[in-house]
Amino acid sequence: MPEMTVIEAVRSALHEEMERDERVFVMGEDVGQRGGVFLATQGFIEDFGPQRVIDSPLAEASIMGIALGAAFRGMRPIPEVQFSDFVWPSVNQLIGEAARAHYGTNGALKVPMTVRIPYGGGIRGGLFHSQNVEALFFHTPGLLVVTPSTPYEAKGLLKSAIRDDNPVIFLEHKKTYRLVRGEVPDEEYTLPIGPADIKRAGSDVTVVSYGLAMHYCLAAAEAVAADGIGAEVVDLRTLKPLDTETILDSVKKTGRLLVVHEDNISGGIGAEIAALAADEAFEYLDAPIARLCGPDVPTMPFAQTLEDAYMPSPDAIAAELRRLAAY
Amino acid sequence: MTQAASSSQIESDANGAVAIAQRSADAEALPEGLTADDLVEVCRQMILVRTMDERIWMMNRQGKVPIAASCQGHEAAELGSLLAAQKDGDCFHFPYYRDLAVKMAAGLTPRQVMLSFMGKEGEPYSGARQFPLQGADLPRKIIQISNVVAAGLTQGVGYALACKMMGEKTVTICYFGDGATSQGETHEAMNFASIHRLPVIFVCENNKYAISTPQDSQMVISDVAARAEGYGFPGFVIDGLDLIACYEATRQGIAHARSAGPVLIEMKVERFMPHTTDDDDRRYRDRDALDAARQFDPVAVFPSQMVSRGILTQEQLDAFRSDATQQVNDATDFADAAQPPDASTIGDHLYVQG
Repeated sequence: MPEMTVIEAVRSALHEEMERDERVFVMGEDVGQRGGVFLATQGFIEDFGPQRVIDSPLAEASIMGIALGAAFRGMRPIPEVQFSDFVWPSVNQLIGEAARAHYGTNGALKVPMTVRIPYGGGIRGGLFHSQNVEALFFHTPGLLVVTPSTPYEAKGLLKSAIRDDNPVIFLEHKKTYRLVRGEVPDEEYTLPIGPADIKRAGSDVTVVSYGLAMHYCLAAAEAVAADGIGAEVVDLRTLKPLDTETILDSVKKTGRLLVVHEDNISGGIGAEIAALAADEAFEYLDAPIARLCGPDVPTMPFAQTLEDAYMPSPDAIAAELRRLAAY
Repeated sequence: MTQAASSSQIESDANGAVAIAQRSADAEALPEGLTADDLVEVCRQMILVRTMDERIWMMNRQGKVPIAASCQGHEAAELGSLLAAQKDGDCFHFPYYRDLAVKMAAGLTPRQVMLSFMGKEGEPYSGARQFPLQGADLPRKIIQISNVVAAGLTQGVGYALACKMMGEKTVTICYFGDGATSQGETHEAMNFASIHRLPVIFVCENNKYAISTPQDSQMVISDVAARAEGYGFPGFVIDGLDLIACYEATRQGIAHARSAGPVLIEMKVERFMPHTTDDDDRRYRDRDALDAARQFDPVAVFPSQMVSRGILTQEQLDAFRSDATQQVNDATDFADAAQPPDASTIGDHLYVQG
């Protein structure tokens, strides 16, 4: 199997789906001649032409509103938000309109739209090129929220998202784009939206994460293994719908739960998972449910020291795993 | 009141530039494509819509309609515009919440309308999940997802983009009030439509009030249509109380949109009622000015004009009124007796399955 980076996997999925279905098109800032600022659509304008690779004006609300209207007609738009931090002007079209369109028309309208959003920090992006935006979409019925962590998942899940008739918020952690490499099959494949994946089996502590932080959890699990602690790493892959079965099965097995994410701790995904475990696995727990998340400040600041202070690290995760295992 | 051009013709020169030619509203000749039978039918619709609108308001006061936005004063604009669209046969509509006449002219029955306002099972736009007549009525080529003003403009432009990508000739018509013109998405929608020369008509039903905020607190210009020049497409000011003028502007707008790209048509209308049944316009509207405006009520003026021109007989007009009352009575009784949606359906259609 060939090895590729996350951004190469994204590009490969987009290209294959555009070849496969003429209704699929991409639209966003600089996606055409520039090929996108992260080069997700590099070469697409030559392959598919400017009708299907649309350089939009710098106006996120209309990128989303126009994509939504095109989806209503039966196209399968893939609007790109250049950086997650710029999604806010378009949030009415996503949370207010797209999420409600099928429900609010009693099933008459479908929204086969995949919103690609590079998100997350650790790249010296400061307050406006690092944001974690998942909690708001996670909170919104009607949306699907997908957070791949590896090239294999990025490609398989993106292809499924594009073929789905619901609006999908597809969050690509931008630090994984070139940092994370992995094998991707040559042959056609898709991965279902929904199921989590156990990236590492273990019997002592469950650690649930997604995106870049999931890789830090794997590193931490490897580190504590030397101490004889078996950490089971659950990669959510999809935030909405949440794979509650896989989470609960793991927690019931290990009796200990740590949730790790880069997003702010309050009202984040971890809070929901903690509530889930407290509701449905309370009698299996041998330790308090723990969360290791970004602090409640607006994103990771620009200065290296401040960014480091914000980001979850493998060392910090390993320390939490040891604490829970010893509880 | 503002009286703009009584009627207009859009004439494109070789460069696509457009001029308005004035024409008298009571000219004997009918505009292109319009027959005397059309005018008789539109009189019938006008009376039915008004009768329905008044009944809805009454049912709100009786506690049976939770909320309503009246289209009284907008009927000529909406029915004239829809008449042109229906005659064309290939238009799709993104109306807004004051467009009862648009929705009825598109084919909605009085019973369906009343089911919608009372929030009953069988409601055609949203299954009674939304405010009345909000959602989608795809068989009649209408989408209106929300109350967020101007959100439908970018969606309408996207719909038009998709039609163009699919090689279709559909013209998308977006309806909105003067209030929506303040939204950034109105600018974004018009700009994008212009860049891609999309077949879109932007119809601004300017009743000069965004709830209570008068036009001069919303903008310093007198005509929204003037903004079209900044986008590089034509804009027109039409007397929105003149049904034939609104028909003609839309008819020519459709031809222009299909061949050359977007057009903005501002129809100057009146809002005879408060913003909604929850509003009290005595706090902000001058009663004398409102009474003066009512002299130009299109539902009173237009059918009378048709009678005096010999297109409609007084007997027909009387029959339309009694028939409208009968239909609205029937619709009211029907919807009143209908059941609300079953509570167990609250989770239905959250996601497309499969």
